[in-house]
Formats: sequence, structure tokens, C-alpha cells
Amino acid sequence: MEKYAVYVPRLIKRKEKFAPGHRACIGCGEALAVRLAFKALDNNIVVANATGCMEIVASQIPYTTWHVPWIHTLFENTAAVASGIEAGYKAMKRKGVQVPDNVKVIAMAGDGGTSDIGLQALSGALERGHDFVYLCFDNEAYMNTGVQRSSATPYGAVTTTSPAGKNSIGQFSWKKNMPEIAAAHNIPYVATACHSYPFDLMDKVAKAASIPGPAYVHILSVCPTGWRSPTDTVVKLGRLAVETGIFPLYEVENGQYKMSIELPKLKPVKDYLKQQGRFRHLSDDIIAKIQERVEIEYQKLVEKAENGSKRAKRKSKTGAAKIST
Amino acid sequence: MTTRVGIEVSIALADAVKMANADVIAAYPITPQTHIVEHLAELVANGELDAEYIPVESEHSAMSACVGSASVGARTFTATAGQGLELMHEVLYIPSAMRLPIVMAVANRALSSPLSVWGDHSDMMAVRDTGWIQIVVENGQQAMDNILCAFRIAEDKRVLLPVMVHLDGFNLTHVVEPIVFPEQSDVDKFLPAYNYPLPLNPDRPVAMGDFAPPVIFTEAKWAQEVVLRDSKDIILECWNEFGKTFGRQYFPVERYHSDGAKVLLLTVGSFGETAMVAIDKMRAEGNDVGQIRLRLWRPFPFEELRQAVKDADILIVLDRAISFGGPGGVVASEVKAALYNLDKKPRIVSYVAGLGGRDITVAAFEAIIKNGIEIARTGSENEYEIYGVRG
Repeated sequence: MEKYAVYVPRLIKRKEKFAPGHRACIGCGEALAVRLAFKALDNNIVVANATGCMEIVASQIPYTTWHVPWIHTLFENTAAVASGIEAGYKAMKRKGVQVPDNVKVIAMAGDGGTSDIGLQALSGALERGHDFVYLCFDNEAYMNTGVQRSSATPYGAVTTTSPAGKNSIGQFSWKKNMPEIAAAHNIPYVATACHSYPFDLMDKVAKAASIPGPAYVHILSVCPTGWRSPTDTVVKLGRLAVETGIFPLYEVENGQYKMSIELPKLKPVKDYLKQQGRFRHLSDDIIAKIQERVEIEYQKLVEKAENGSKRAKRKSKTGAAKIST
Repeated sequence: MTTRVGIEVSIALADAVKMANADVIAAYPITPQTHIVEHLAELVANGELDAEYIPVESEHSAMSACVGSASVGARTFTATAGQGLELMHEVLYIPSAMRLPIVMAVANRALSSPLSVWGDHSDMMAVRDTGWIQIVVENGQQAMDNILCAFRIAEDKRVLLPVMVHLDGFNLTHVVEPIVFPEQSDVDKFLPAYNYPLPLNPDRPVAMGDFAPPVIFTEAKWAQEVVLRDSKDIILECWNEFGKTFGRQYFPVERYHSDGAKVLLLTVGSFGETAMVAIDKMRAEGNDVGQIRLRLWRPFPFEELRQAVKDADILIVLDRAISFGGPGGVVASEVKAALYNLDKKPRIVSYVAGLGGRDITVAAFEAIIKNGIEIARTGSENEYEIYGVRG
């Protein structure tokens, strides 16, 4: 109840763009994440949405959940559609056509639409430097088509196309590091976020929209249907994903890494894994393997952030020295 | 005052896009379309055309970016060929269903495998059901003229459909022809600035590309069919207006010595001009032959075709693509379907030739017509004939 008092006054003031009445599953973390992300933005936006859960649940003719201009075309091309929208506005404005000023293009897709089938279009749009924000709502599998594995599905997770069996532990590969791929394009802003940290998420989305050029925000979205977890643990699971170091929250601003939350000690990954049916079959050995990997990856990230802040300090010192001479 | 210049067709086509004052060009290079987009990139780079040129990473993204820019109301152009058209195939269905007036030049090219960069109509035939208006040109002048017409037709509020202008790869794209350039002031009058009625605009939100349950999907598709079918009247209107303004008029079915001729050859694309030479020669030798050429592939000009063949006994249809394991010639198949229910109709002979850039000479056309007449009289066990195949 005391948390209620903390959150509600800060959230309720924001205008809803993703209205109630959509068809998402009970306890959908992605719908929550979308709602929060768009609360962080003003009305001067155009949304390009890839095929996926959020498109299907929000747009069935003759209804729409969206209070802002919205377009859906295909699964893999959303970043390219966003490129066209941005270029169209830019050209028309320059040529004196009456169009609204400073429209920000927001592209959104799931993890499959981003890290698998849409990766090429996204890479192209990031590389070309279009002024747009790309939001990846990552629920770690193709949930819309019935829980099939994607390259964002975590190691060991059971999906319908990565079942566990005599010869399989479930997902055989480690989760593709999509935020790093985005960051490798040297774009101005990359961040990770989760609906379980609503203000952090909203701050990052708002910041992404305020920066000219391409920005990428990767948002972990808990999916009780696909993760086989109780619907009332959605927020808790998001927090555990962060607290175990499995899904670290960080920003990469102009190449500088910055951890969003200081975690002096990571919680054991077991705390997170054991609450989800998709990991129920994992042996202690496999869990230990995941634990080891998570710690290594987390440490790498922390070092990047520390090196970044050292570099920043050095830079400011050099700057000061210059002024004194 | 108009000027006539010797110029490569691709360059003239790109100049037509400049004269149309396009806002956005999103394109990916593919032979034999490259000269078109290279020249457009050059025009944008040197400030002759005020547009955004998006050098996308694939044709799939080229058409996707075009959908994006057209959805906010920008005048949008792209060009592609062969494999590129096939890679964007999935996306082609989107702007026609969403009523987005994109104009695309297609430098017709064969499809792999084996790899061929040369021309035929396999690409054009593969996209006939995507809901676009498809205009086919036979020479550089027609290419330039029909790019201007394409924008006007596409943007007409009674139409609002995307338009492909098909020109044969290499045979047209890479040849230098004498082309009359229109005056910019005439183009501006013919093609005024346009306002897309329902753009994506934060001041007036709309949703595009929603999810349709079975209860509405059929109606959505039928609405699309009706508008494409009805667009023929507006296409005719546009070509009339173009004729009045620029002195060159186009028709859905072009005729050449076809009135009253008992034997007709039907062609699509640039080889039709070679065929005309063969027709002249054969007529001089006393043969009662004529020619018709399809200018409009979609919407299919049923009435004009029926009218054009009403006196003919034999109709030889030339295709530059194969519908494998089926009727062979795609155009012939459609022509047969269009005439089947008529009481009086010509015998139809389907010929496939000119695949993957192989030339069809005047002598070849003569042979095709003569053999075609023979087959029409004696019959053949083949669904279609293929000309000039070895082995």
C-alpha cells in the first residue's frame, strides 16, 4: 500500500496513449511496459509497430487501442517503415509543406521482430542515422504464435520449438545480446529497461526521444503465458531478472556505459529460474552453468561502465589542465 | 517549347522523377535498374532535386521505407528489378491495400536460378496479384511520359493506389534514345502538389494496417478490387489529358495495323517495336497481319482487348516468362480467359520467347507468326510453343 502511494500519483498524471480494452493476456508484462513507455512520451509522435503480440491485441478492426497515429505493416520491416516516415516528414517540412513540427517516430517490435527477422532492417536504420526511437519489447520468445524460441530466448528455457527431452535441455543457445548489437552501431543512445522499474523505464524512453538521431531501448517484458509463471508475479520476476544480473539495467550514451542500479551482490539466478515453469526441468549443474555465465557477463558490463567513468574523469582532468595552461 | 535530346532511357526516367518533384526516394541497387537510382542520388546530391534519398539495405526495406514516407503524405518513388522485386514481394501487398500512391519503375529482369541479369518478364508476372496498377512501356519516351502519368494516376483521390511502370531491362534501360523533354511548367500543371487525405499526423491520429478478423477481411479485399478495377477510367482520363497537354496519347491496348486483320500478334514490352518491323515486312508481302500491344497489365483491359481482336481469326500471344507446369505463357493464359466466353473469338496460339535477355529478331517474329498461323490451322499437342530453344 505504501508503494501504491509512491507510484500512483506519479503515473496517473501522465496521459494514456495505449488505452485499456486491448486483448492482451492477464498479467501481460509487455502491455504494462508499452503503456509505461508511451506515458513517457508526448503526443507529437508517430508509431510504427511490427507484427506481434502488441499489434494483434491492440488493433482489431474496428477498434484501436492507440490514441496516437499508428501504422502496422509487416513483421521484419518496422525500422525501415520508421525510416520512411522520418524521411517523409523531413523532406516535406524542408519543402514548405504544412506538417507538424518535431514529430518523433517511435518504432516498436518484439524480440523476434528485432533480434531475428527484423535485425537487418534495424541495423540499416541505425547505421543511416534516422532520427527515431526503437523500442524492443522482449518477452524472450515468439509468444504471439504460441511460444516458439527466438534468439532472445534464454539458455535452458523450454519453448514449443526448444522442448526439453532426453537429448535437449531446452533452448540450446545463449540469449543474443541485442543491446550490445545496437550499441555497436555507435548510435547516441542505447538503454535496457524493465516494466518492474517503471520510472527508470519512463526516464529512459523520454531521454531516448529527446536525443536527436537513433536511440534503442531494450525492454524486458515478463510473459506469464510463455514463461509459465503466475500472473501475479510479473513485477516480481522483472525485479528478480535485474537483481540476479540476468537482465542488467544500463545505458550507453555516446558510447559511455552507465549502470542504472548499483547491485553490490547479485541474487542467485536460482531465485529467478525456480519461479518459472520454462526452467523447471533444469538440473543444478545447468543452473550452476547459468550462474557462472551471468556473473561473467555482468562483470564485463560493470567493467565497461567503470572504464567509461574513468575515461570521463580523465577527459575532464585533461580539459581542466588545458584551461590552466 | 519542348526539347528533344539523345539520352539514356534510365537517365530520362530519373529526370521525369525530378520533374515530378518527388519528396522521398528509397532504393537499393540492382542491375539493370542502377542507372535510374544513381542518377536520382546525383540529382539529390547536387541539389537539383529537393528530396530525401534513403540508401536502404535491401529492396524489402526500400518498399517498406516507401510505405512509411507515403503514409505521411510524401511523394514517393523507388525503382527495382528481378530479384529485387521478388525480395520486396511481401511488402508490395501493403501499399495497394493501404491505398498509398507510391510510384515504382521496374527494369524487367529474369529471375534466378541460373543467375541472369538480363531482361524478361518473369518478375512482372510474379507480382501481378499484388494489387498495383501495372503499366508497360516500349521505348524511352513512353517511360518518361508514363512516370509522370503514374504519379498523377496514383495520387488521384479516386484511385490512391501504387503504380509500377515496367520497362525492359537493358533493351530499354541502357539504350540511348531521342526523347522529348516536357517543359517543367507543363509538368507542374499536369501534376500539381498533392495532399494525401489521411496521413499519419499527430494532430489527427489514424491507425493504418490494423488486424482484420474474418468478419471484415473479405470486405476489405473487395474494396481494393473495386478501386483497382475502377481505376481504369481514371487511367484513360489521365492519358487523354496527357495527350492534350503533351501531344502523345496512350491506350490500354495499342493497335498497329490491327483493324480488320485476320492474324494478330500480341506483344508486351519493348520487343513489340521489333515486331512492328516484322509486321510491316509481312504486310508488304501481302500477308493480312497486324499487331496489338498491352500497355496496361493491371487493371486488365478486358473491353479494349475484346474490341481489338473482334475481327481476328488467329491471335498469337508472345510471352517472355513461363508459368511452369501450367499454361506456359502468363499473358496468353489471361488473354484466353478474357476471350473464352465470347461467341466469336480468335484461335489463340501461345508462344514463349526472349527469356533471360535472348533477342527476338525480326526474322524470329516472322517465323513465330508463320508457325503460329500453321499451328492455329492444324492444331498442336502443346499447351504452348517455345521459340528457339536448343537441344
